[in-house]
Amino acid sequence: MSHAPAALETTATGIDNRKLLMWLFLASETLLFGSLIAAYLLYRGQSVVGPYPEELFDIPFTSVSAFVLLMSSVTMVLALAAIQRGDQRGLRIWLFTTALLGMLFISGQAFEFTEFNREGLSLSSNLFGTTFFVLTGFHGAHVTVGVLVLLSLLVMALRGRLTRSQSMNVELVGLYWHFVDVVWIAIFTLVYLIQP
Amino acid sequence: MTLAESRGIKRPPEHEADARQAGGRAHPGPLEYTRIGLILAVITAVEVGAFYMDIAQWALVSILVVLSAVKFSLVVMWFMHLRFDSRLFSGLLVGGLMLAAALFVVVLSTLGGGLT
Amino acid sequence: MVEAMRKLRADAESYQGWWSWLTTVDHKRIGVMYGVTAFSFFLLGGVEALLIRLQLSTSNGQVLDPDAYNRLFTMHGTTMIFLVVMPLSAAFFNLLIPLLIGARDVAFPRLNAFSFWVFLAGGLFMNASFFTGGIFQGKLGAPDAGWFGYAPLSLVSTGQGIDFWAFGLLILGIASMAAGFNFIVTIFNMRAPGMTLLRMPVFVWMTLVTSFLIIFAMPIITVALFELLFDRLYGANFFNMAAGGKPLLWQHMFWLFGHPEVYILILPAMGIVSEVLPTFSRKPLFGYQFVIFSGLAIAFMSWGVWAHHMYTTGLGTIANSAFAVSTMLIAVPTGIKIFSWIATLWGGSINLKTPLYFSVGFISMFVIGGLTGVMHTVVPSDYQQQDTYFVVAHFHQVLFGGAMFGLFAGIYYWFPKFTGRLLHEGWGKLHFWLMFIGFNLTFQPMMILGLLGMPRRIYSYGSGTGWDFLNMLATAGAFLIGLSILVFMINVVVSLRRKERAGADPWDGRTLEWSLPSPVPPYNFAEIPTVRARDDFWHQKYAEDEEGRPVPIVAGGAYQAEEEEGEEEAETGHGIHMPSPSFWPLIAAIGLPIMAAGFIYQESANLLPMIAIGAVITIVGIYGWALEPASE
Repeated sequence: MSHAPAALETTATGIDNRKLLMWLFLASETLLFGSLIAAYLLYRGQSVVGPYPEELFDIPFTSVSAFVLLMSSVTMVLALAAIQRGDQRGLRIWLFTTALLGMLFISGQAFEFTEFNREGLSLSSNLFGTTFFVLTGFHGAHVTVGVLVLLSLLVMALRGRLTRSQSMNVELVGLYWHFVDVVWIAIFTLVYLIQP
Repeated sequence: MTLAESRGIKRPPEHEADARQAGGRAHPGPLEYTRIGLILAVITAVEVGAFYMDIAQWALVSILVVLSAVKFSLVVMWFMHLRFDSRLFSGLLVGGLMLAAALFVVVLSTLGGGLT
Repeated sequence: MVEAMRKLRADAESYQGWWSWLTTVDHKRIGVMYGVTAFSFFLLGGVEALLIRLQLSTSNGQVLDPDAYNRLFTMHGTTMIFLVVMPLSAAFFNLLIPLLIGARDVAFPRLNAFSFWVFLAGGLFMNASFFTGGIFQGKLGAPDAGWFGYAPLSLVSTGQGIDFWAFGLLILGIASMAAGFNFIVTIFNMRAPGMTLLRMPVFVWMTLVTSFLIIFAMPIITVALFELLFDRLYGANFFNMAAGGKPLLWQHMFWLFGHPEVYILILPAMGIVSEVLPTFSRKPLFGYQFVIFSGLAIAFMSWGVWAHHMYTTGLGTIANSAFAVSTMLIAVPTGIKIFSWIATLWGGSINLKTPLYFSVGFISMFVIGGLTGVMHTVVPSDYQQQDTYFVVAHFHQVLFGGAMFGLFAGIYYWFPKFTGRLLHEGWGKLHFWLMFIGFNLTFQPMMILGLLGMPRRIYSYGSGTGWDFLNMLATAGAFLIGLSILVFMINVVVSLRRKERAGADPWDGRTLEWSLPSPVPPYNFAEIPTVRARDDFWHQKYAEDEEGRPVPIVAGGAYQAEEEEGEEEAETGHGIHMPSPSFWPLIAAIGLPIMAAGFIYQESANLLPMIAIGAVITIVGIYGWALEPASE
């Protein structure tokens, strides 16, 4: 998150440079996840050998982790609301909670991956393994990056270097975080709940 | 504010700029956010509930797709502030989504595969 | 304030030496580095082309063995597209966009530097593949599956060539995406007061459209390349038929990216030509809005034509017909542009200088490229032409006859703005004629060869085929092109040594950059201009008489006054904030190829530490970048 020099001047459209950059990035990310989801849908139910998704998926477990990520979006936006009214304590609490929920989600995914692996699913075992691990892996990588950035923000906040005037930093990270969350909303439905 | 005027101002008052981006309205507060969060939680519960109910596949698929679309819209409209911010942002996101959907519907229909 | 500006100027003069280039965030310096680097790759890709032409000059050629031939044509295509035409266009974006919209720099100067360093890293990484096959035993490495890398050929290819290719393209993709985001934000947000969207020069519009194509097309090829790499390195099954995978998915994803990519390559050249023609006809561009909206239409429609590369894969009659229609339709906005350019020349007071030669060369050669393209849209006709030299001739007609001629027009046109010296006209025209004749001598015989049935991507052909003479012509033409490039390089050297200065406005230009001294000072505009019209600078210099003819505004007019009073005027304005130099973008870029090499060789040696080192370097670079202040 760079401190763009343009923040010194207002822009021709009145839109913040960095916010526009983030939205452009997210718009292009729709094509990235679109491509990954398309590959999953193309090969849905096409695996010639097992293990198959219906044997592996643990819907209650995944529902909990989907819920965790969803709630992290709520805490993220509360962190933004906190910094916008200058509530430093609230900012720290909600940033911390969001990062924690994010880490919880990642741990859940790590557990799920190892569990599936133990039951014989790997990147090379069949089309399901290939498309599932790559799609959810890409998403997990995005969450991981988000957690790292959230922790960086938290450190800045704890050292008093994230003031009300820098709320844009939190807003930008928030946009990224919510986007990663909505991608999971799509994955949770298309991959887990709708089975062939 | 005209362009010339805006150029004259070196640094806009910070907090005002936070709340009102160009072409946008003020962002909502914690109460609304929490309320949206509750709705999202309920919808997720309904989704998982529907999954365990004994209903026809086509009905299940439709319910799930609609519900997740509602969740998706709630998050992007409220938490990502598309309801309040510049419409350029909405255009970018919706444009990206529609492009991805259009392209891959064609690819999937020529290659086979899909939702059901 | 005047004091501050003097200090800034003194700073700029002391800001020299190699370190200043490594840490620069000045869009003009980054543009120059983009241009010089891309031109070096152009020479490399050109040598590859000449080797290919030597091999094919006679039947049963003995210059290259089949393996080396495959690697060379793959690298030639990849280099010319990703390391030459795209970055040369990026060089023009960098050099010109802030000047054309009246800004001091791009929106994110350090992201811009990052984009260049990542491009350089990706280009070197890609070419490092040559050394992977045991170069000392006389065997070339390098990818060997064509620039399109079709699966399953790219899966069964042995060695590390394809891995280098895929990671190289991923790294280059990061560079393009970074530039794409940056220029969209710059064009939306950094415009000077009064520079409304419909007053922007056409080149700015084409940059905007190209940038949007880049940010939406690149993610698709990114996913495709990751899928290919997962298949190759970790045994995934995306394109593995034995596991039920569909190799055709690669073709779809490649061309979903690949056809917008074609317009990513040509639209910037169209923008350049749209700037050159009005200046040298001393007339405004004919149908400004039509040129812009046809550019938008091309970009929009470019998403619906990808499968015309895939007629012969058995998509079915309906799909083939639909894509045939959409592809024919895309010729309409393209045709609109061509008529606009011709109408711009029509009735103008033509100033026949080298940039105009190249622009007219662009129009004529691009028309042939476009028309042969329309021939391909007809499905039965395409069945005949698929994988023949007719296709090779067609896309060179577009990418060389089109994009490269346009880019050379831009080089001749803007060279004085950034160096303070005009390129020599005599050498320039010699360059043009050699290139124009060489180009036609190379590719028109290929058209005939293709129709005679000579297939692409073959390393040799028998003596009874009757293809010898035309191939020899093509080879002779290719060497003529090579000679013309040599002439161009001599021209650059000779011109840079000229004592004569070009002055601020050597061509009687129309757009804002010509209001600035040549070379442009680091801060571009002493005072941010206020724009009152399209072709604003022209209107500062000329009024119109009753019949619409331009009449110079006499001495003491707006233009003169501004140049003399620039410094004093700045007193009333606000301070100039220039971004500080930074080496963090360079550091962040260095980590990427290290990580990529770690992944590729992880199988043969445990290179997890190498991946980790690369990752740490990049992360340190990004943190350093995020935490340092952007300007003092």
